[in-house]
Amino acid sequence: MKIYIPKDAAALSLGADETAEALAAAVPEAEIVRNGSYGLFWLEPMVEIEKDGRRIAFGSVMPEDVPSLIESGFGAAHPLYLGKTADIPALKMQNRLTFARCGVIDPLSLEDYTAYGGFDGLKKALEMPPQKIVDEVKESGLRGRGGAAFPTGIKWQTVLDCAADQKYIVCNADEGDSGTFADRMIMEGDPFTVIEGMIIAGLAVGATMGYIYLRSEYPHARDTLRAAIKTAYESGYLGDNIQGSGKSFDLELRMGAGSYICGEETALLESLEGKRGMIRYKPPLPAIKGLFGKPTVVNNVISLATIPVILEKGAAHHAAFGEGKSRGTLTVQLAGNVKYPGLYELAFGQPLRDLIYEIGGGTATGRPFRAVQCGGPLGPFLSERQLDLAVTYEDFAEQSAMVGHGGVVVFDDTVDMAQMARFSMEFGAEESCGKCTPCRIGTVRGYETIDKIIRGENRAANKALLEELCDTLIHGSLCAHGELIPYPVLSALREFPEDFGLDRQAA
Amino acid sequence: MTAQTEKRFKPWDDETAQQIAADNRDRPGALMPILTELLEDFGYINPEFVPHLADLLNLSRAEVHGVISFYHDFRTTPPGETVVKLCRAEACQAMGGAKLAEHAKQMLGVDFHGTTADGRYSLEQVFCLGNCACAPAVMLGETLYGRVTPERFDTVLKKHKGAA
Ligand SMILES: Cc1cc2nc3c(=O)[nH]c(=O)nc-3n(C[C@H](O)[C@H](O)[C@H](O)COP(=O)(O)O)c2cc1C
Ligand code: SF4
Ligand code: FES
Repeated sequence: MKIYIPKDAAALSLGADETAEALAAAVPEAEIVRNGSYGLFWLEPMVEIEKDGRRIAFGSVMPEDVPSLIESGFGAAHPLYLGKTADIPALKMQNRLTFARCGVIDPLSLEDYTAYGGFDGLKKALEMPPQKIVDEVKESGLRGRGGAAFPTGIKWQTVLDCAADQKYIVCNADEGDSGTFADRMIMEGDPFTVIEGMIIAGLAVGATMGYIYLRSEYPHARDTLRAAIKTAYESGYLGDNIQGSGKSFDLELRMGAGSYICGEETALLESLEGKRGMIRYKPPLPAIKGLFGKPTVVNNVISLATIPVILEKGAAHHAAFGEGKSRGTLTVQLAGNVKYPGLYELAFGQPLRDLIYEIGGGTATGRPFRAVQCGGPLGPFLSERQLDLAVTYEDFAEQSAMVGHGGVVVFDDTVDMAQMARFSMEFGAEESCGKCTPCRIGTVRGYETIDKIIRGENRAANKALLEELCDTLIHGSLCAHGELIPYPVLSALREFPEDFGLDRQAA
Repeated sequence: MTAQTEKRFKPWDDETAQQIAADNRDRPGALMPILTELLEDFGYINPEFVPHLADLLNLSRAEVHGVISFYHDFRTTPPGETVVKLCRAEACQAMGGAKLAEHAKQMLGVDFHGTTADGRYSLEQVFCLGNCACAPAVMLGETLYGRVTPERFDTVLKKHKGAA
């Protein structure tokens, strides 16, 4: 018998190790596989047993549940029984392209990886001229999943078109946006996908060196990536003469050091060069003058991890999901105060309201919903009246909302939105790179002013001052960090003035 | 079997530090990998090591210092045996993160960036541990915990103290 218990950091944070130990002791003859997580976190630690080629799942299995599980013969009568994993409704309703293998396989087993289509995309890419690979990515409609949603194929074209003795592929694994964990999950649950995507990117633009820049808050992903890179070298997927093709690609993992701004691509490049993570002026674009002054593709983990399936199944397969200019899938990360938090890979176009109330099951506390923040700490807060929009780049942009990296953080009615606005400014100040004055100084003035409003000092005047400050930040900042911080602040002020002691009229 | 292991810092020693620096000096952008490796081993960057690093990499001391001071992780004093990272970001706040932070400060008797008198724990704020679906989240050393109520925080701490 095979037993699967995730070693995904979030599953571990709920006791997956203890459950694994209890099972290993109770069923010594079983083969225990530590897989990634499917991302249904209210069911973690989730245990699966494989019998006759079928995987049966049990949810939230704690060590004390092990004796009864064994007594029931891992049967349907057990209260934690979920049925066939693939039939769990929250999984079945998803469109798993990027995350197809995550949870299913042993993340570090090359055998598992290739058995589930891994490296099929690379095999095709090795036979294709670079322009064909870039065209495939263009036709897929893939847009960057790191936040800015820039078309990936167009970025690659720019780098391909640059003549240079050295080009680079940089994987942005800084995942600084609070409320997001898709990068972490795929790096821990299916790391070869990220590696394969980077190799294909290298083949497409003529880059022979890649770096993964990983945030230091992710030690589990660090260990998994280190092991996966080693295996990829040992099995001839990295290094010289990839699979006898005559092509080569080297890959190195680099660690960040707790700086949010280093997720911005130019600050990230500075950091990779061993410097302070200060924003660079653009232009030149990193695609033209990037790492060490060379043409560089900087892509988010999920963008790169989606490349293999695009090559494997074709651009049209990817483009068939989604709508308008939002093609493929978004890895929605439902978090915060929500009953069924987790990762949901869904075709673009889902109504936001359904995400929160149907898929997410409403708040975890059972209290009324009050606000949702989409797109990370720089995304605006939305109130109940704003939930009727589809999750697409176009619909969100129309409402000045942000899709970003796909984070959706839900709050119940106990939230104090004035405190949330203050936090946004404080966070902005804490993580400002300091290069330009509006952001460096303005964010500090911002939370000081919010404090005054909260304390009831000259509310109307200070509100006007705050709005003016926000305007300066939006228009006078060098990068999107300063430009976007005002959005959560202004949205809180507009949608929830009563939390600031202001009445709706004045707002 | 166990995927999460308790990690311990070594006391600073110049010889190991010099070895780390020498091993990495020829890597492009060497300063960051050297600093992050020193941090992984020792938990801090000894400021007395800055001149050596500057000489080795042909940088000015000010440049090396500038990099160290830019990044939140690069502390220049030894942390407690275990660093407690508590998430202050939005998803954790939505699930009682602020209350947990107050509780943790009180239990440990320190503020953020502080180290307990017995040298066991340093408390740090972080903005997201990638565990936002199991909020609030805390990391002790490199061990992650989810759905950490104040009661669970006490249990975790007690167990951690007992295990050491
Ligand atoms: C303040 C700030 C923080 C950012 N943080 C991240 C991050 O953590 N991860 C990421 O992939 N992109 C981040 N970005 C976006 C990157 O600058 C860049 O657009 C992205 O890495 C490009 O990859 P993509 O096209 O695949 O999305 C950030 C941008 C800004 C302005
Ligand atoms: S807006 Fe802020 S983060 Fe961006 S360059 Fe200016 S100071 Fe740096
Ligand atoms: S917001 Fe706390 S772990 Fe992500």
